[in-house]
Amino acid sequence: MELYEFQGKALFRKFGIHVPVGTVHEKAEDIYTSHHVIGSKVVVKAQVHAGGRGKAGGVRVVGSMAEACSAAAEILSMTINGLPVRKVLVEEALQITREYYLAIALDRDNGCDTLMLSAEGGMDIEDIAAERPELLVKLDIHPHLGIQEFQIRELIHSFPMEPPHRDALASVIRKLCRMYTETDATMAEINPLALCRDTFVAADAKVTVDENSLARHPELREIQEMNEDDPLEREAHLRGLAYVRLDGDIGIIGNGAGLVMATLDIISQEGGRPANFLDIGGGAKAEVVRKSLEVVLRDPNVKGIFVNVFGGITRCDEVARGIIDAIESLDVRIPLVVKICGTLEEEGREILRAVGITPVSEIVEGARKIIGLVGR
Amino acid sequence: MGILVHKDTKVLVQGITGKEGSFHTERMLEYGTKIVAGVTPGRGGGSVCGVPVFNTVREAKIHSAIDASVVFVPPAVAADALMESLMAGIGMVACITEGIPVRDMLKVRKVAEDCRATLIGPNCPGIVTAGETKLGIMPASLFSKGPVGVVSRSGTLTYLIVEALTAAGLGQSTCVGIGGDPVLGTSFTRMLSLFRSDASTKVIVLIGEIGGTQEEEAAEYIGRHGLSVVAYIAGKTAPPGKRMGHAGAIVSGGKGTAEAKIRALSGAGVLMASTVNETVERVRSLLAGSSAPATSSQEG
Repeated sequence: MELYEFQGKALFRKFGIHVPVGTVHEKAEDIYTSHHVIGSKVVVKAQVHAGGRGKAGGVRVVGSMAEACSAAAEILSMTINGLPVRKVLVEEALQITREYYLAIALDRDNGCDTLMLSAEGGMDIEDIAAERPELLVKLDIHPHLGIQEFQIRELIHSFPMEPPHRDALASVIRKLCRMYTETDATMAEINPLALCRDTFVAADAKVTVDENSLARHPELREIQEMNEDDPLEREAHLRGLAYVRLDGDIGIIGNGAGLVMATLDIISQEGGRPANFLDIGGGAKAEVVRKSLEVVLRDPNVKGIFVNVFGGITRCDEVARGIIDAIESLDVRIPLVVKICGTLEEEGREILRAVGITPVSEIVEGARKIIGLVGR
Repeated sequence: MGILVHKDTKVLVQGITGKEGSFHTERMLEYGTKIVAGVTPGRGGGSVCGVPVFNTVREAKIHSAIDASVVFVPPAVAADALMESLMAGIGMVACITEGIPVRDMLKVRKVAEDCRATLIGPNCPGIVTAGETKLGIMPASLFSKGPVGVVSRSGTLTYLIVEALTAAGLGQSTCVGIGGDPVLGTSFTRMLSLFRSDASTKVIVLIGEIGGTQEEEAAEYIGRHGLSVVAYIAGKTAPPGKRMGHAGAIVSGGKGTAEAKIRALSGAGVLMASTVNETVERVRSLLAGSSAPATSSQEG
């Protein structure tokens, strides 16, 4: 789960890392009332899960309240990388002496977290790693022991720095590590970590939290609800369905993430455009299948649906019943192609044939059929 | 003889009295798996399908020697259950559970490495050694005995491919689901090295998906050792940054795309397939082309 910058900064603040003084607004007019505590020179920043905010004009430094309000109004009407800007962060403009880069990220294939520090802050980390790798220090954090003091010493002695700054940086590193571990983060990036005279301030915050750990973080529940960009995805997740909205017109429902991804791929290979990914999981009952169809049908772009189920634990007759329930209760008018194989497949197919649905026996066949019915 | 488990492997089921645990214990026993004990804290003294239940792994080990464990324990406590069997010296543990926090798995994986144990999963369907034994939830009727090794990050997609292989007369040696999570106990590469040493495996089917760099690492290994591999990679149409069902199926920071994996694998001489039928055809052609074990060079 990706956090917005203002949420990441709130977490940093909670763990003792300095962040710029700032407020979050959904309406430009509100800025007048809280603005006076920050000062006149402020930065107005779009809060979206998209890179390149600055280039898109979503980050503006302004010198007066009036300017802050109009900048906010403009930014709040923007769409960056397809994402509408719903909130802006208005914060004090920092007096920056030097910019650093500090991040911790999960290295999934190596099975540990990696901490990265660079004295070239403000740049894209991939560019630093590619062009000036000698300016980037990386170290692995032991999964049981956590970061060790000697490792922090290695980091703070990597670059020329005044001793008091070294101590301050060591403190930030310790706090970031604690925040990262206690929040079950999989990524926490501060770019730039701004040295403002003698204090390190997190000028930006990119934090990603492990979704599998949310059950043990009730304090993040609000964030989870707030951060669903897509209303259809939010609804689906509230119903416990793994659903990702895409931009095509053929709805896809299947059981098993790999199988559903493969179905999307085959539809695409055959010239169709998937509207979504939806995994009903293992052992789904008729009600889950009915709910899935309901969710997919809420997408106005959907002109046809392909259901692809392989029944191991999942029963094909249950799936068929769920499809019938959906057709009846939701007045489904669009074409439906179904492939169901495995446990109780004959029973399932009988149920479908009885209402005029002829199941297909192969995915490619099913893909071609639904694409043909939906039209290109 | 399977590469991980075989007909005489003595198996423990952790979480045996739960809905999943008991359901699949019955099916594993039907297949012939030698389940010698089960563990559910607080339910010691009971039995499931004739298998004695104990409160702890330690108690179970007093009752019987145990070679492997399969774990059906809820995500909040799964890491602890895994630690328990790993630290009790069980050398082969398969974790079916989905939803275990990543931080927990980092710790468990390190324990498995330190104990020199093989950890399969989490969020995996388990292991089948065709005709001998099964640990986990894969539908037994799909499998037939033969020369094809299967290693996969997915569940039902694997079943589709195995079903088609069996229908085509191309039976399987061992089928392993390594899991759909981002941090896994065992990588593709490790599984490939086990298949490489297995005389009964002639061709390997690798079923991958977006996220991480396991397939790329495997490609490097395959290139170096010249294995006969057919690969299917799911997720070509997945948009970046979105978790596609599996916690590990996500393209992040531009890394882990299906294209990169396909490029790496085909560059290493792997035959790529884009449909179930293509997978079967490629396997058939590799088997026809060689009757040698899965390596192109004979190594003792």
